[in-house]
Amino acid sequence: MSFLVARDMRGGYGAEDILQGCTVEADRGEIAVIVGPNGAGKSTAMKAIFGMLSLRGGAITLDGADLTRMKPTERVKNGMSFVPQVKNVFPSMSVEENLEMGAFIRRDDYSATMDEVYALFPVLAEKRRQPAGELSGGQRQQVAVGRALMTKPSLLMLDEPTAGVSPIVMDELFDRIIDVAKTGIAILMVEQNAKQALEIATRGYVLQHGKNAHTDTGEALLADPVVRRTFLGG
Amino acid sequence: MDGFLNAIVLLANFALVPGAAYGSQLALGALGVTLIFAVLRFSNFAHGETMSFGAMITIFATWALQSWGVSIAPLPTGLLALPIGIIVTVAVVLASDKFVYAYYREKRSDQVIFLIASIGVMFVMAGLIRFIIGPDDQIFADGARFVFSVRDFRAVTGLEEGLALKTTQLVTLVTAIVCVVALFLFLGKTRTGKSMRAYADNEDLATLSGIDAGRVVRIAWILSATLAVIAGVLYGLDKSYKPFVFQELLLPIFAAAIVGGLGSPVGAIVGGYIIAFAEVLVTYAYKRFLGHLVPPDWMPDGLAQLMGTEYKFAVAFVILVLTLLIRPTGLFNKRAA
Repeated sequence: MSFLVARDMRGGYGAEDILQGCTVEADRGEIAVIVGPNGAGKSTAMKAIFGMLSLRGGAITLDGADLTRMKPTERVKNGMSFVPQVKNVFPSMSVEENLEMGAFIRRDDYSATMDEVYALFPVLAEKRRQPAGELSGGQRQQVAVGRALMTKPSLLMLDEPTAGVSPIVMDELFDRIIDVAKTGIAILMVEQNAKQALEIATRGYVLQHGKNAHTDTGEALLADPVVRRTFLGG
Repeated sequence: MDGFLNAIVLLANFALVPGAAYGSQLALGALGVTLIFAVLRFSNFAHGETMSFGAMITIFATWALQSWGVSIAPLPTGLLALPIGIIVTVAVVLASDKFVYAYYREKRSDQVIFLIASIGVMFVMAGLIRFIIGPDDQIFADGARFVFSVRDFRAVTGLEEGLALKTTQLVTLVTAIVCVVALFLFLGKTRTGKSMRAYADNEDLATLSGIDAGRVVRIAWILSATLAVIAGVLYGLDKSYKPFVFQELLLPIFAAAIVGGLGSPVGAIVGGYIIAFAEVLVTYAYKRFLGHLVPPDWMPDGLAQLMGTEYKFAVAFVILVLTLLIRPTGLFNKRAA
């Protein structure tokens, strides 16, 4: 059984179910990527896993523990961490303060974790005294990921981390995300830039109408002619 | 040369020193407004009455202390009574949050609903204050009146004009500095203070990071009420306490907070001094000041006063309107309002 299992998720915001029984899994050290057309329920699936949306059906387990009924904050305490797509930093606070706030629920000494984050994102160490709101888009995403890493999560969830950044910055961000995965963290990511994301994905999920349409390794999905034609634009 | 020095001393005595004291009082008041705006995102119109209520409780405590013969002369007894005023007012403000604003937070009401609710709270408090202490003027400053008087100053410097420093002015300046330094240390260095800034910056992400919204809101009310009571008591000591005058203070305080940028503590302080000095300098009669500087033939016939003192609120209003026209987010605001 995988480290994270979100099985047969059903649910949505109103009366209608956006998720119609989709399943997502991720393992430590792996990058799982959810792709699919607009309105397929990619972000909704991620929010459901983090507990920002109550499910009508299905179960979520992390490292064997059932988290289905927990609030997001409790899930954070159990090892989940989430980077929202927008508004994911504290703009008027310095980079360092952003990281401190990421560690807010920790009562132990988190300076070692902060050093690890700085080692992973050297540019943040340089700009630690600058307000996060003054950084470039790519750097701000690094702050957002760094903030999420401060709780020492075992599962890091990223909602479209490369939305609105340039292709060069996107490659750089993906490299960093690979580095994070190498530290033994499970990564679950929703991406618009499907091709590039699947290139680094150990596992890929193509969602359509809230259901799993295709599931395979990133490489295999990229090679699949049906997936290429329908979802990746040829 | 003497003429120039005399002119400066005269201006300092009648405009600069009183302006600095008044500015400090406005700054403390505006800080409370801006803190509530930063955290709860609405303009608290009941803030003037919070100041008034705190000053009222402090006056009662002062009378009690005076009747027991307690004194900290040369300092005014009001300072000793201040903590009692703060505690009672904080309790009242927290109760108003629990019984009024919490309901609208639960409903996730629009900003403007909170604002209107705060006007309701303002009227209730205003009525309560008039019911308890009455509408009359209360003077409760005791202790030494001056740190140094005009006569002392003249004797030391030998100048024709004199400069006095009232005890209440010095107390105001020192208290304001202590409060501002303490507030900035709290917001900048402590875990709770930082969590408050984080919540003001990005409510959702703060909640996601495990910051307790209820706690942040409570602390914001406590800080805002504390600053309000301090500002109210300092103003009452410096001038006098009159419910109607305190109600009117709402305008310069909001003008200060808006000029500086709602939600910005630095802005509230700068705004307080801008409004205070503008009011004082525009309504000051410069006749004697000019008398020291220009030959007698050049002297104007009138008082050389730009505006009568009864129009001082118009000054705050004009600055407020200009700010809203030219830079609606205020001088120090990063976030669009």
